[in-house]
Amino acid sequence: MTEDIISLIEKNVIQGRVTQEDEGLEDDMVGQPGVTELTEKALEEGLTAKDIIGALTAGMDVVGKKFEAKEYFIPDMLASAEAVGAGMELLEPHLASSGIEPKGKVIVATVKGDLHDIGKNIVSILLRGAGYIVKDLGNDIDPLTIAQAVKDEKPQFLGLSALLTSTMLRMGETIQALEANGTRSEVRVVVGGAPVSEEFAKSIGADGYGADGFQAVRVVEALSSNS
Amino acid sequence: MARQGVLVEPYCRLNQEQIELIHKESMSILMEPGILCFNHDAMELFTGHGAEAVRIETEGAPCWQLKIPEKTILDAVNSAPDTIILGARDKENSLVLNAHEPRVRFASGSEANNWLEVDVEAFTRKRDPDVEMLVPVFREEKGTLDRLAKAAHLSQHLENWDSFLRTINIQDDDINDDNKDVNKFFASLDNTTRHVMSGLTTVEQLAPTVKMAEIIAGGRDKLRENPIISFITCVVKSPLQFVDDTSAKAIEIAKHGLPVVLSSSPQGGSTAPIKEDGMVAQINAEIVASIALAQLANKGTPVLYGSVPTRARMDDLNESYGFPEFNQYNIDCVQMARYYGIPCYSSGGISDGKVPGIQASVERLFSHLMVALSGPQYLHYAFGLLDRTNTFCPVQAVLDDTHIDMIKRFATQPNVNDAEVTESLNQIRKVMGTSHKLYVRYARSKIRAGEISPVYPFEGKGMVDETLMLARERMDSILSLPRRHLDKETRDRVFTEIPGILARLKND
Repeated sequence: MTEDIISLIEKNVIQGRVTQEDEGLEDDMVGQPGVTELTEKALEEGLTAKDIIGALTAGMDVVGKKFEAKEYFIPDMLASAEAVGAGMELLEPHLASSGIEPKGKVIVATVKGDLHDIGKNIVSILLRGAGYIVKDLGNDIDPLTIAQAVKDEKPQFLGLSALLTSTMLRMGETIQALEANGTRSEVRVVVGGAPVSEEFAKSIGADGYGADGFQAVRVVEALSSNS
Repeated sequence: MARQGVLVEPYCRLNQEQIELIHKESMSILMEPGILCFNHDAMELFTGHGAEAVRIETEGAPCWQLKIPEKTILDAVNSAPDTIILGARDKENSLVLNAHEPRVRFASGSEANNWLEVDVEAFTRKRDPDVEMLVPVFREEKGTLDRLAKAAHLSQHLENWDSFLRTINIQDDDINDDNKDVNKFFASLDNTTRHVMSGLTTVEQLAPTVKMAEIIAGGRDKLRENPIISFITCVVKSPLQFVDDTSAKAIEIAKHGLPVVLSSSPQGGSTAPIKEDGMVAQINAEIVASIALAQLANKGTPVLYGSVPTRARMDDLNESYGFPEFNQYNIDCVQMARYYGIPCYSSGGISDGKVPGIQASVERLFSHLMVALSGPQYLHYAFGLLDRTNTFCPVQAVLDDTHIDMIKRFATQPNVNDAEVTESLNQIRKVMGTSHKLYVRYARSKIRAGEISPVYPFEGKGMVDETLMLARERMDSILSLPRRHLDKETRDRVFTEIPGILARLKND
């Protein structure tokens, strides 16, 4: 039974199913438990967070290979990442007692004056799917609020998003606010959004730039391994 | 299972009253002034069925002024089948054309003299020689048998190319009037399993061409069940003249009982009135008179209403396909064909532009889309035609296939019903309960069902338009695939039994 749950979690990650209401890529999966229900059941049955994370990771590895083989598309990656994120959220309270260090914590926000949050939400799903703990501050967030959240939450990474040429300027102001409250050296700042470029990221003193959600995750992974 | 094309909700320009009015106008034309007839057999067929003929004294060929009453036309037109089959070597590629069903299939055409190659060459920038750019360069070649075979091979691998209507005029040194038809049909049939349509060079070539098709189809009866070939003949020279040669061809083809397009191609402003009703009434009169001729020769023979109305340019009086009027005339004709219950061969996807580019894209997309939406059963000119009908460009055909796919997706009927509404409400409610509020996961099943339009396949990566380069790559990759030739036994029989087939085609 234990093995069954582990393999079912892996299978449901591959199918991109968060809950029992979700359709998968095979027929007639609606109504069967998804990653959320299976993770809850696994914890009830006393499985360790490590075993469950192993299943989530194994599922995501398969998804990555299918994506590389062009068998899976970006929506499949996102659905699977969402399923992993849902599992990780349930496991979060159990990590410390299991002696597992999370990969890292990321705060994400769309900057002041900007209500566009599609890109930020995609990045959040992908980061959670990659095993990061993500705190999403939302959109239209002023620099001081972001800087204070960094001080309180102590994340390793801050992801800033903007869609407009007018609001992308708030990214620089946010980095200045981090300088002002003394947290700049504690956090790596990664920026992204349609008008943002590598050159702009450098000009405001950001540590990284993600042209899309997948690159954003790769940049965070690269910065993690360098730190 | 035949090829399905796309079923459209037909866009109409004419209301029922206007359709009836144009019909009456056409019938009036066929009585006064009537139609000139340069073919004796055609004159006799009509006069045997209620028409009047008055001999016109000319110094040239014999000619009669025919006055054809409405009853003669309608009796004959009503004997034409409303559903016809255009068969194919591979039966799954056959087409079932039902005049009452606006299901569109896309075909090539016409018989262009030129074949346009797209080469890609590197150029350096004059003011900065370090900058090199790849630019498409065009090279015009003449039509040959080898290139016709290449086009047929290309058609086999372009999904939306429903029927191979001969693309180019073969001008090889060893091709003449006595062997042209058998060789062009053979080169086409030996390289594509789609339906093959072409005109005839001489009426004498009809018998060997049909015999070859019978060998390939598996016998005389099999060819009638699965007519892998069909013909097109423009019986009327506009305005209103039955041509001796093409009338003879229409009569003979009809006697064989094989599908034939009876077409007319007047130019609004030169060989037909430029005003819409006058143009449509005249071409309609010309086509229904041609259909009547075929039906009088062999009642019930399968025919298509072949409308190719164009408009004359007012700067040089050449025909033009890029004007909005081209679309108007063609859409009206589609409606007239539907009125008579005869499958329609219409025209769209052609350009006056000499090379693939902005003019070609705008003009061809305009008629590809608008005429297709009117619901003709067979839309010819849809692949690779440029410079009016003078040039066929295979790279353009590759682009057209993609654009037709887009049109077919657009024309698909909306899927709105209780089950779909319930599913959408579930999606919306579930997504609004998430933090990310994204519907992306619900695209997955639609992608796999093929319902999601793909990204434009010839999109460049930088600030250079790479469309033609990428389309050229796709064409090269298709042409490197093995050809679907006829089996050896069939080929051997064709080479042994059909006179005039060039021995050099054996080695292809």
